Amino acid sequence: MKKELEKRTVTGPDGQTFEVEPLIDYYCEAHPTVQPPAYSKIIENLFNWARSESIWILGFGTGCGAIEMRPLMTPRFDAYRYGIQWRPTPRQANLLIISGYLSVKTLKRVIRSYEQMQSPKYVIGLGSCTINGGMYWDSYNTIKRLDDYLPVDLYIVGCMPRPEALLEGFNTLKRMIRAGNAEGANTYAANFDWYKTNQKRVIHDWDMPDYNW
Amino acid sequence: MQQFEWIQIPYSLLTLFIVLNFGLLLNALMAKIAARVGRRRGIPIYQNYIDLIKNYGLRTSITHGIMFYLGPVFRLAGGVGLLLFVPTLYGSEMFSNLSFAGDLILALYFVFFGALGMALGAGESGHPHAAIGVSRGLSQMTMAELPFALAVFSVALQYDTLTISEIVKAQQGSLFHWTLFTNPLAVAAAMLSFLGSMMRPPFDVVLAPQEIPIGPPTEYHSSYLALMQTNRMIFPIAKIVIIMNLFFGGATNWPIFFAKVFLIYLFAVFVGVVFPRFRVEQSIRWFLIWAVPLGVLAIVLV
Repeated sequence: MKKELEKRTVTGPDGQTFEVEPLIDYYCEAHPTVQPPAYSKIIENLFNWARSESIWILGFGTGCGAIEMRPLMTPRFDAYRYGIQWRPTPRQANLLIISGYLSVKTLKRVIRSYEQMQSPKYVIGLGSCTINGGMYWDSYNTIKRLDDYLPVDLYIVGCMPRPEALLEGFNTLKRMIRAGNAEGANTYAANFDWYKTNQKRVIHDWDMPDYNW
Repeated sequence: MQQFEWIQIPYSLLTLFIVLNFGLLLNALMAKIAARVGRRRGIPIYQNYIDLIKNYGLRTSITHGIMFYLGPVFRLAGGVGLLLFVPTLYGSEMFSNLSFAGDLILALYFVFFGALGMALGAGESGHPHAAIGVSRGLSQMTMAELPFALAVFSVALQYDTLTISEIVKAQQGSLFHWTLFTNPLAVAAAMLSFLGSMMRPPFDVVLAPQEIPIGPPTEYHSSYLALMQTNRMIFPIAKIVIIMNLFFGGATNWPIFFAKVFLIYLFAVFVGVVFPRFRVEQSIRWFLIWAVPLGVLAIVLV
């Protein structure tokens, strides 16, 4: 536990003392809950269609695969045509692309980013490294199976997959969302303890709340 | 000056409906034009509708406190209020909205209202990038408002009235009755100020997606963000309506309204795709050097 996260007593500028407990005061530790779909089937289908046609990606490149996302923003591939946009903040993003190898240090940030995204949210594993470690299969510092730590909806294989493969992956994800099969956020909430156990097994300096929205 | 009638309320809502849809399509069209400059195709023309539905349809949202709730509400109230208190179409019983004598002053206030609500809401979100964005936004906006206020006072002096429909009335008859030709200095000052209020380059350091992840709305998501997006569709049109009424002869029917709003908006987009971004102190200096003297001259010479 980092020192600044511990409970402490602070003296204010005009003399009064008060207790600060950062994990409770600054974060919310309420666990995620399974979110039911909309009340009516027609409404849920409309929402699913809108979600599939408006995918906002978190601009967070975790590994070398992030280089394959840049051409998608430029004239050659122009993913904006398909309703795909990049957002700079996890609050507004729906899709987290784990682009390539994921070191344990980055995994911590990925978990926090993922938990700050709003449901429904999707995860794409890009490249072989997210499936079995790829060329980092014997590395002491990268995770081997992304699915143990985050609920992955879709893998795009290759080392590296080309931007065309990414576009095809987006189309597959769209079909999954429209069919109502991309419920990763609910899987995460339902199996929360299992995911946390796995995450804490590799992250030894766990100095953050268990869940931060 | 007409008396208030209950029928004005459904008429105003009709205006709001038309402007909202026009705004959704126009903003997508402008995004497409900016994309064509970069040789991209850009988003589909109906993309804004889908984004709105999706954001209203997200399943979870969190809150940081009361002002975090009220920020987007204030923002939308600013946009809708601005639109409803200025006459959309000149001489139309249906689309004069709730305009009244002296509405020009109220409109000036309403331009600022949404930004202040946004500042309070973003401030409560507690994100450092939001605080940076707010401080940048308020300082830049204060400076950009000054030449606009000077231009508005110049126009008010010129026509000797503070009522927008009177100002539009004085410009009817011929192209050369427009304020654009009768008081070009005020129009120049106001159009430079207009650039600063459109959140487009060179004055988009407030949002600055690359450095302070989109600034004030960093923490906003789900339906909060959808409310702010709705406002983003209405607010630019409402601002352009004021500019069109004051300087470009107003509009007497919807086709002319659509064309004029499109062209005035296009001015900001063209400048935006050509010039890179100013830092805050650069943009403030730019307004002080180029826009404010024009506004002062317009008042002196009128």
